[in-house]
Amino acid sequence: MANWTHAGPSILAAFLASLVEFVEAMTVVLAVGAVRGWRGALAGAGLGGAVLLALVLILGPALSGIPIGPLQLALGTLLLLFGMRWLRKAILRAAGIIPLHDEAAAYVREVATLRGSGRIAAGWDRVAIGAAFKITMVEGIEVVFIVIAVGSAGQGLLLPAGLGALAALAAVVLLGLALHRPVASIPENALKFAVGVLLCAFGTFWAGEGMGLAWPGGDWSVPGLIAGFLVVALLTVRACRARRAVAGGAA
Amino acid sequence: MSWLRSTAGEVLGLFVDDTGFALAILVWLAAAWLGLPWLHLPPAAPPAILFGGLALILADSAVRGAGR
Repeated sequence: MANWTHAGPSILAAFLASLVEFVEAMTVVLAVGAVRGWRGALAGAGLGGAVLLALVLILGPALSGIPIGPLQLALGTLLLLFGMRWLRKAILRAAGIIPLHDEAAAYVREVATLRGSGRIAAGWDRVAIGAAFKITMVEGIEVVFIVIAVGSAGQGLLLPAGLGALAALAAVVLLGLALHRPVASIPENALKFAVGVLLCAFGTFWAGEGMGLAWPGGDWSVPGLIAGFLVVALLTVRACRARRAVAGGAA
Repeated sequence: MSWLRSTAGEVLGLFVDDTGFALAILVWLAAAWLGLPWLHLPPAAPPAILFGGLALILADSAVRGAGR
């Protein structure tokens, strides 16, 4: 039975991370559908989704055969590499050091690329299937990693994490059906910031568990780590702005 | 073989885009794993040290990135 001090943040992390990734994938799938036709776009995205689902179903249970200590240390390390990279980028975006991701601009770029990729074939359009499949795999593999890493390090967390990702997929598909254009208005960097904080907290907790450390308060350390990383990240945004101002003034 | 190399590159890119940053995380985790049990600290200290080191690596790398 999943413990809610882990299951709640697991669902949230999987939901928010999946939301960001699926929105990015949907931008390209919408562009493919609009330019090359919906048959190929949906076939490519569906094929990609099926491969990703198979990966979760195969890898998730396979990991349960590994002893929990080494598994927690390995998954905690991977979560930290992934989550700290993600949070660092979100901090630099929030501080205005690197530009924010623009879904509307990405859609326009993708449409231009697809228009220049030859005649649309009768029947199954390989270009459309390939483009939709590739973007679903590229964005979805991050979702698969998060679901497996967050879900496999703790007992009974794979299902809650998977449900979080599926809820995000449903939300994005419904939005796509309703809007028929990229979802440009979601606060993408704020979501990435939140996911980065959650993944860093989980990664630290699982790595510490794998090392045999005794967390004060046991599972209740997870909310404490979330708060800790949030404070550090927010302070770092301010420090980055100050550093940029000093560097800009000196130039 | 090129697709295999490209896929491996994509997967590696999920975890590493700044080699120094990724190495610092790995070295700190290895140091904490191997070193903390030998220090005989009060039980609450090792988790705090683990978190503190990671927070420092994150902040230092981001601030350095902002100055570039």
